[in-house]
Amino acid sequence: MKEKVSSFSNAAFALAGLLFLAVSGGILGWFRQPRELRLDPPVAADLDRFRLMPNGISGSPPESYFAIGKPYESDAYNLSQGKRLYAWFGCGSCHGDGRGGVGPSFLDGWWLYGPEMVSIVASIRDGRPHGMPSFRDRMTSEQIWQLAGYVQTIGSYTPQVAAPSRNDDEQTRPAENRGPAKILFDEGPVGVHPDQGPTP
Amino acid sequence: MRTARALLLSILVATSGCGGQQSALGSQGAPAIHVEHLILGMVAVCAAIWILVMITLGTALLRARPRTARQDDGSEKPLTMAVSAAVAATTLIIAGLTIASFYTTRGIGLADSTALTITVKGQQWWWQVFYADSSTGPGFQTANEIHIPVGRDVRLQLESPDVIHSFWVPSLAGKQDLVPGRSNSLLLRAEKPGVYRGQCAEFCGLQHSHMAIMVIAEAPGAFEGWAATQRLDAVVSADSDTAAGQASFMAKPCAACHTIRGTPAGGTTGPDLTHIGGRRTIAAGLVETTRGSLAAWIADPQTHKPGNNMPMVSLTSTELRNISAYMESLK
Repeated sequence: MKEKVSSFSNAAFALAGLLFLAVSGGILGWFRQPRELRLDPPVAADLDRFRLMPNGISGSPPESYFAIGKPYESDAYNLSQGKRLYAWFGCGSCHGDGRGGVGPSFLDGWWLYGPEMVSIVASIRDGRPHGMPSFRDRMTSEQIWQLAGYVQTIGSYTPQVAAPSRNDDEQTRPAENRGPAKILFDEGPVGVHPDQGPTP
Repeated sequence: MRTARALLLSILVATSGCGGQQSALGSQGAPAIHVEHLILGMVAVCAAIWILVMITLGTALLRARPRTARQDDGSEKPLTMAVSAAVAATTLIIAGLTIASFYTTRGIGLADSTALTITVKGQQWWWQVFYADSSTGPGFQTANEIHIPVGRDVRLQLESPDVIHSFWVPSLAGKQDLVPGRSNSLLLRAEKPGVYRGQCAEFCGLQHSHMAIMVIAEAPGAFEGWAATQRLDAVVSADSDTAAGQASFMAKPCAACHTIRGTPAGGTTGPDLTHIGGRRTIAAGLVETTRGSLAAWIADPQTHKPGNNMPMVSLTSTELRNISAYMESLK
C-alpha cells in the first residue's frame, strides 16, 4: 500500500514539474521582444532629420529615435534585416565579409568616421569621398538605419545582447553574436585613410 | 429517414472542400492521378479491414462465455490458428501497401528528357520562376505564376535561397521541398487546361500562409504565345501618366530591388515586374492584380502582408497614382 502511495506522489510531482515548465515557458514566450514591422511614416521621415557635426563625423540622432527605443541597435529582427540588406545591396563587393577589400574594413577596429549610428547612416545615405556611393535613392530611410545597425555590430568594440541570425554558409570570421572580434583588431588597420592615426 | 438525410448532409458538408482548383481528390495531372489512386486504394483496404475487425470484435463480445466456464476444452487450438492467420494477413497487407506506395512515388518523379524545364525558387514569401533558354527563344523570369502546356511533362527544379519551402499543387503533382543548397526536381503535368492553385506546404515564416502559386495549363499554342509575350521587353509607356510613373519608379528605391526589362531598373532582390500587369495576382496570391490593389500594396505593404521584405517607400499621391498606372500597363 505504502509503495503505491509513493509511486502516485512521484507521478504527481513529475506532472506538476512538467506543468510548471510549460507554464513558465509560455510566460517567457509572452515577454518576447515584439517586432515592429511597420514603421509609422512620420517616424520614418523624422529618422532622416539627424544632425551631423560639420566635419561629417558623429552627431545626434533625432529625438524620435530614442522615443522608439533605439530599435536598430538593440533589436535582433532589425539587425537580421540589416544583414540581409548587406547582401542584397552588394556591400560585400567592396567591404567583403566585413574585412574590407576595395573599401575599408569594419573588422579592424577602425572607424574612419567614428562608430556612431549617425555617422554610419550618413555614410550610407549620402556617400563618402573615395568611392562610397550614396544609397539615398536606392533604399528607404528605415532600411538605411537597419543596415547601419548591422554594420555597427560587425566592428563593435563591446559585445551586444542582440545579434542577427547566423549564417547558413561557412563562417569566414567570428559570428556577430561573439562580441568584439579582438583578434581581428590586432591584425592592424586595413585600407586606412592617410589622415588617420596609429593603431587604436 | 431523417437520420439518413442528416448523415448524407454531413458527408456533403465534410467533403465540400474536396474539389475546386486546389484539391488532391480532384487530380488533373498524371502524377496527381497516381497519388489519388494510392490514397483511395489505401483508404478502401483500411476501411474493409476496420469493418472486419469491428464485426469480429462485436461477435466475440456477444458470444462471450461466462468466466466460470473457462477451462481447457480444446478451443485453444483454433484460437491460436486464428491469431496466426491475422498476424500473417497484417504483415502481407502492410507489405503490400508499402510496395504500392514505393512504386507509386518512384514512378511519378520520372520526366522524359525532352521535358520543358522550369526553375522555381522559393523566397520569403513569393515564388521566383525562371524559364530556361529553349529552341523557341531565350529564357525569361516571372513570379508567382507558372504557365505550362497541356499534356506535356514539365520538370521543375526546386531551389531556395533562404529557408525550406515546399511546392504543392495538389491537383497536378505531389509535394516536394525546396531546400537551401539543393536542387530537387518534380514532375508536373496537366491533362486538362485550367488554373490550378498551389501553396507553400512547409512553414517558412510569418507569411507562410500568403505564399500561393498559380499554375495555368493551356493549349500548346496558347502557351507558346504567352511565352513569346514574356520574352519581350516591357512595353514603352505611351500616355503621360504611365510615363511619369516610370520616371518615378526609376528615381525611387523601387528600381534597386525590381527588374523591368528594357528599362534601367535591374534589381534582383524582388520579383521581376516586366509583365506584372499580365499576372493574375500580386504578392503571391494575396490580391487580384488591379490598379487599385497595386496602389494599395505599394502604399503600405507592411499592413497587407506584415513582415515581407518590401519597404514602405514614401510617395506623394500623384506619384503613387502614376506608379500604379505604370504597373498596370506592364502587360
